[in-house]
Amino acid sequence: MKIPKKHIRNFSIIAHIDHGKSTLADRLLELTNSVAKRDMQQQILDDMDLERERGITIKAHAVTLYYTQDGEEYELNLIDTPGHVDFNYEVSRSLAACEGAVLIVDATQGIEAQTLANTYLALDHDLELVPVINKIDLPAADPDRVALDIEEIIGLDGSLAPRVSAKTGENVEEVLKQIVALVPCPEGDDDAPLRALVFDSVYDNYKGVIVYVRIMDGTIKPGDTMRMMATGAEFTVVEVGKMAATSLNPAKKLCAGEVGYITASIKTVRDARVGDTVTTAENPAAEPLAGYKKVNPMVFCGIYPADGADYEALKEALEKLQLNDAALSFEPETSGALGFGFRCGFLGLLHLEIIQERLEREYDLDLVSTVPSVIYKIHMRNGEVLEIDNPTKYPDPAEIDFAEEPMTDAHIFSPPEFVGTIMDLCQERRGNYKGMIYISADRVEISYDLPLNEIIYDFFDALKSRTKGYASFDYELKGYEQSNLVKLDVLLNGDAVDALSFIIHSDKAYGRARKIAEKLKDNIPRQMFEIPIQIAIGGKIIARETVKALRKDVLAKCYGGDITRKKKLLEKQKEGKKRMRSFGTVEVPQEAFMAILKLDEQ
Amino acid sequence: MKGLYFHIPFCRSKCPYCDFYSRLPDDAMLDAYTDALCDEMSTGTRTAAFTENADLSFDTVYFGGGTPSVLGGERLLRILNEAKKAYRIAENAEITVECNPSGVDEEFFRQLAHGGVNRISLGLQSAVDAERRQLGRFADKKQVEKALKNTQKSGITNLSLDVMIGIPDQTIASLDETLQFCLSMGVPHISAYMLALEENTVFYRRRDRLNLPDEDAVCELYLHMAETLTKNGILQYEISNFAKPGFPSRHNLKYWNCEEYLGLGPSAHSFLGGKRFFFPRDTDGFIKGDCAVFDAFGGDAEEYLMLRLRLTDGVRFADYKERFDSPLPDGFLKKAHAFAGQGLMTLTDEHAALTRNGFLVSNYIVSELL
Repeated sequence: MKIPKKHIRNFSIIAHIDHGKSTLADRLLELTNSVAKRDMQQQILDDMDLERERGITIKAHAVTLYYTQDGEEYELNLIDTPGHVDFNYEVSRSLAACEGAVLIVDATQGIEAQTLANTYLALDHDLELVPVINKIDLPAADPDRVALDIEEIIGLDGSLAPRVSAKTGENVEEVLKQIVALVPCPEGDDDAPLRALVFDSVYDNYKGVIVYVRIMDGTIKPGDTMRMMATGAEFTVVEVGKMAATSLNPAKKLCAGEVGYITASIKTVRDARVGDTVTTAENPAAEPLAGYKKVNPMVFCGIYPADGADYEALKEALEKLQLNDAALSFEPETSGALGFGFRCGFLGLLHLEIIQERLEREYDLDLVSTVPSVIYKIHMRNGEVLEIDNPTKYPDPAEIDFAEEPMTDAHIFSPPEFVGTIMDLCQERRGNYKGMIYISADRVEISYDLPLNEIIYDFFDALKSRTKGYASFDYELKGYEQSNLVKLDVLLNGDAVDALSFIIHSDKAYGRARKIAEKLKDNIPRQMFEIPIQIAIGGKIIARETVKALRKDVLAKCYGGDITRKKKLLEKQKEGKKRMRSFGTVEVPQEAFMAILKLDEQ
Repeated sequence: MKGLYFHIPFCRSKCPYCDFYSRLPDDAMLDAYTDALCDEMSTGTRTAAFTENADLSFDTVYFGGGTPSVLGGERLLRILNEAKKAYRIAENAEITVECNPSGVDEEFFRQLAHGGVNRISLGLQSAVDAERRQLGRFADKKQVEKALKNTQKSGITNLSLDVMIGIPDQTIASLDETLQFCLSMGVPHISAYMLALEENTVFYRRRDRLNLPDEDAVCELYLHMAETLTKNGILQYEISNFAKPGFPSRHNLKYWNCEEYLGLGPSAHSFLGGKRFFFPRDTDGFIKGDCAVFDAFGGDAEEYLMLRLRLTDGVRFADYKERFDSPLPDGFLKKAHAFAGQGLMTLTDEHAALTRNGFLVSNYIVSELL
């Protein structure tokens, strides 16, 4: 039984992190009987362990709900969006597939950075917004104030916003009613040439890539030859259908206005990139849908196996992850210090951390990572412009005319009492103050131009800890600016360790160098000889520490009872050595690499 | 011949640096424990799984603790006599009792000597009273001196003193005072341990407030002590043990030579027939008859090397070849050669051993060699 277009609603849920997006989605699934109670795990849509733990959605997911109101059946297509700034492009494609968006605001916290950022994105896509005030069950909830914020800051009628508790299910049905009432039905011509927007694609071991699409015009059915308009790749459609919460339901065809999936034995998600337009070879569309862009990594680091023997395993793991993550890039890299590994590119620091964690957890790999870097543009005296994402490729300073680094347009939202702290932090991070507005009595928005390389270390952690978790933060890339950069080298026992080099603004070089030297001193165990640690710019040493030679490492007492224990101790000591990296004669444990990534932690 | 060890898990008071297993006893407990040790020797039920077909002949007997002297002479001898009944104890066996200088009198030592005990190990730790008090040792220097003289009067001349280095407030000068005391008493054996901060001890919890010598200072103390003792004819034979010729502890050498021994009592370990096993740290359990539990297979080449390298004699290539029917691995010799170049080992055609500086970093060296 086919549901007519006027009974279809395509919508997303947008919210700041932790405002209850996944929980509300779960309640909607329950209310529409889309998932049996016994299958109901907490937060169905976040199906990766990592997503559940971090409380964020990393990938978009979609599900079709059937909802009956006044005897009429409606098809509600919920397109979930990733909840982090690293995945802004994916968010924009999900929104482009919708006519409306449910905007969740936490009744205890009010409007946050991502609430606004997502609202603007949704308005850019001309979506009808359905505001919802969530978490009214909490004692600190202040729905009246939040309703006022919604009116004043966003300009929506706050009195229309259902006040719900996604946790307890209270009043959630109101959300469904509002979606039906406010979100327009899709338009589109079933007979026009096919144009389907890819808003997500996921690799499946059995079916190949499952391409999630919103059909804008035309129809698609098994046997059609689908063509990706950006890449030109063609595939024979094997199956089309709709997404239920826990399964895929094949259908005869997908028509204009509908949301569904296509499988066509596609081998990698890079052949079905988010944002691309699907058409058919038989009756191709003249123009692709607007807005496709190939997402490019912005943050890079070297990832090496702690045990060199795991190189192949790491390569396979990265290949597998890439099947499902078109934004992840990697290429082989060799470091004098770390041996064979990969230079990997990520959308942002969260993306980087997620990939690292997945490699370690799902593939059981021990990794050593280098300091993350952004792409610097180095203008050479001979007119050449180099794009450098790896400090080891930094050219001889004598040949550099000038350098540029990527800048971001950053917005921080916070209660007013933290303004001073936040400004201090941004100042430390070479921020350029742009302005501050009171968006409500207890909420300010502070704008800064911040260099991307100041954000990627630990800006977010520092912001959270200095504002007791109250501030939120959002940024977008705004281009390149000339900057005074230097490359810092780390020398252990006189030998430069390439994997520890990094590029930094010259104003910060001395402070950073001192901190790094101290951290290394604390994290490199005493060895049989004294180890000088030197931090240098070019040939000039700007910081120095010394790890004293090991004098004493002995078990004074060893009798009958101790022997097995002693043997185990020695075995542990041997194991520990295996996890260390040799740099010339110096052995450096993995912890030392980690430590210099987190310089601000005390 | 094997070694026989009795663990006596009782102390009158707990020292703040000690994590050995001990508890405060009453007379009934001491009797019950003595009964349990005798019962085990006569029936063998607690070690039955490991002693089948074992030749239980011993040429060393060692009462360790805890504080064995807490048992009193009578109970100690009851245990020793039961051992002579249950096992074969060699005529010339070395029979040692560890004693705390407080709470022992002339009669006690006379009784032990009469009963066959021929070696006494006394816990001196330091001859500086202030240092001793910090270690929770309340007998003063005079009392220690008296205990020593009483021992000698009883006819037991094979005496060992325990000395600690790296203890709070210790300096080269204060260590010298302790060493001079040992030398003046004419004892033929000294065990000198570097203080190790064990978790779950008072010292560990208070480590930041103790005036402990730092790593380098402890090394200086150790080297100074070894030199002083050697100069005075008390020669180093193990990382922490020094003796006049003919007086090294025969019992303890069994551990470092990777030989067999039977240990009875809670937390006592044994090595018989290639298996290491032990009794759980549970005195009541031992009295009730709980059995020893398997720990690990022992006696392989790694273990042998690890133990022998604690000795100044080190590893004799001929002994190794005889025991394992193969020469030492090339990698071992190559690395030993490198360590010899750094003054941490000595290497001859016949043996490889650690030097004193090597002993100080022996964990590192052994983990590299194996």
